[in-house]
Amino acid sequence: MEVVASNVTLDAEHPILRLQRNALIAGVAGLALTAVGFFVTPDQFFRSYLLGFMYWFGIALGSMAILMIHHIAGGAWGAVIRRMLESSIGTIPVLAVLFIPVALGTHHLYEWTHADVVAKDAVLQAKQAYLNVPFFLVRAVLYFVVWFAVASLLRRWSLEQDRELDPRGIVRMELMSRGGLVLYGITVTFAVVDWVMSLEPHWFSTVFGLLLMAGQGLAAFAFCVAVSTVLSRRESVARFFGPAQYHDLGNFMLAFTMIWAYLSFSQLLIIWSGNLPEETAWYFTRSQGGWKVIGYSLIFLHFAVPFAVLLQRKIKRTGSKLALVALWLLFMRFVDLYWLVAPSLHPTSALPHWLDFTAVIGIGGVWLWFFVGRLAQNPVLALNDPSLPEVEA
Amino acid sequence: MSSRPASSRPPIYGLMAEFSDPNELIAAIRQARAGGYRRMDAYTPYPIEEVAHELGIHGNHLPKLVLAGGVIGMCAGYALQYWTSVIEYPINVGGRPLNSIISFMPITFETTVLTAAIFAVFGMLALNGLPMPYHPVFNVPRFALASRDRFFLCIEATDPMFDRELTRRFLERLVPRSVAEVEH
Repeated sequence: MEVVASNVTLDAEHPILRLQRNALIAGVAGLALTAVGFFVTPDQFFRSYLLGFMYWFGIALGSMAILMIHHIAGGAWGAVIRRMLESSIGTIPVLAVLFIPVALGTHHLYEWTHADVVAKDAVLQAKQAYLNVPFFLVRAVLYFVVWFAVASLLRRWSLEQDRELDPRGIVRMELMSRGGLVLYGITVTFAVVDWVMSLEPHWFSTVFGLLLMAGQGLAAFAFCVAVSTVLSRRESVARFFGPAQYHDLGNFMLAFTMIWAYLSFSQLLIIWSGNLPEETAWYFTRSQGGWKVIGYSLIFLHFAVPFAVLLQRKIKRTGSKLALVALWLLFMRFVDLYWLVAPSLHPTSALPHWLDFTAVIGIGGVWLWFFVGRLAQNPVLALNDPSLPEVEA
Repeated sequence: MSSRPASSRPPIYGLMAEFSDPNELIAAIRQARAGGYRRMDAYTPYPIEEVAHELGIHGNHLPKLVLAGGVIGMCAGYALQYWTSVIEYPINVGGRPLNSIISFMPITFETTVLTAAIFAVFGMLALNGLPMPYHPVFNVPRFALASRDRFFLCIEATDPMFDRELTRRFLERLVPRSVAEVEH
């Protein structure tokens, strides 16, 4: 077998390392301000923190799914972003640490932890076998163990492939990815049910896990496009990111935008048609006042506009333009999560609290610092990827 | 062959040069365009993006047609449901509004896709003139190789610059494997 080696490493002056330093400063400042919020308004602190956590968690977990799809399906698009995806899932231990405040704040976040509320509520009593704090924490630990195991194996094997091309290694990663995708689907569904859906413990939607997975995939692709354009400031990296690669990544963003819209609409259609009080309450809150405005703007700004823009071939083939679309979608992912999470906690006011911003910036800054650190450790392009020759051709 | 004066021979469709390499073809198109020729077409065994680019073919009207088809299908699909559920057979279903935008969406979506697809297929056929049972380029026996491993450039006689002898000499300067007259 032919060995494909394109050993590109980041030089010490690379713009992404400046970005990393700035991210750390923003992260520490953001977390410090958020910590102030803990003493001023603890309830709001935990809400904002959960929102910020879910945002960056989504990028990391979406990266894991995309990486495994690439190991199964191949393709030049995956070969060029593989290291970014691997660096992203390398942050799972960091995310586990960042999850600790959520674990400590269950009483502030989740109604089902309040014994007095549960005592008066037959539905919550029936759900208590699942929705109780010890089991909630055990499950969270279990999710992180599964994600960490899958992520660290995939990363370790990938670095082994860098040193030596072994056909068995490719097969091993593919087999791992098949099982890993099943595990991903199950664990993420349970995790978002636990962490987000149980914010409104009476409400349920079976498509909710898939809906957030679609959002995770979209966020991860958008994130990779944005990082690609920063990495491409150097010619040694830029030659791997031609119009064809951006075109593929743009098509993926288009596809995930459509999947997100399809699943969001399916959920609305089914609940609207069923017209059951325990289900419609969720949409009722979100169709009042400012939440209604945000809901409608999601249809246009998270779906219609990106959809129309991403149909344009010229935009998809130009890295700088596609990066703008990617940044826009990353922003809309935050708006969508805000619309999913925040109305459960303050149904009457759609205005974000200043902590919503400091938390997402604080968590994000620290997360990005670790992400770039992982990225800089190894060659920027995974060596010996069977799909790389396609790129160089 | 050129024993008779050029004017007495029957008119031809064009002159065709054969190349064995796509890069030679692309260079030939570039030179032909630089030489002032505009009415020409290239034939290759597989699609080559650069060939279309060099020929000056920049997109077509098909996307607009498909968009129009989609908009027509969307409006028609919605109108059909509006007419049946609101105007002609207004039935109260569990207190839902007669004009139920949400439940009209799936059918509206389907008719949008259906009409857009129909416009795409038939618009494509209308714009490229297929099916075309006869085309003069097939009169050149070697043209059969266009679906195998040869690349052809045909400068058509309708080009204002076209001259049977001068254009032939021009094509021969591009060192093709052969130059042939394409009869009608």
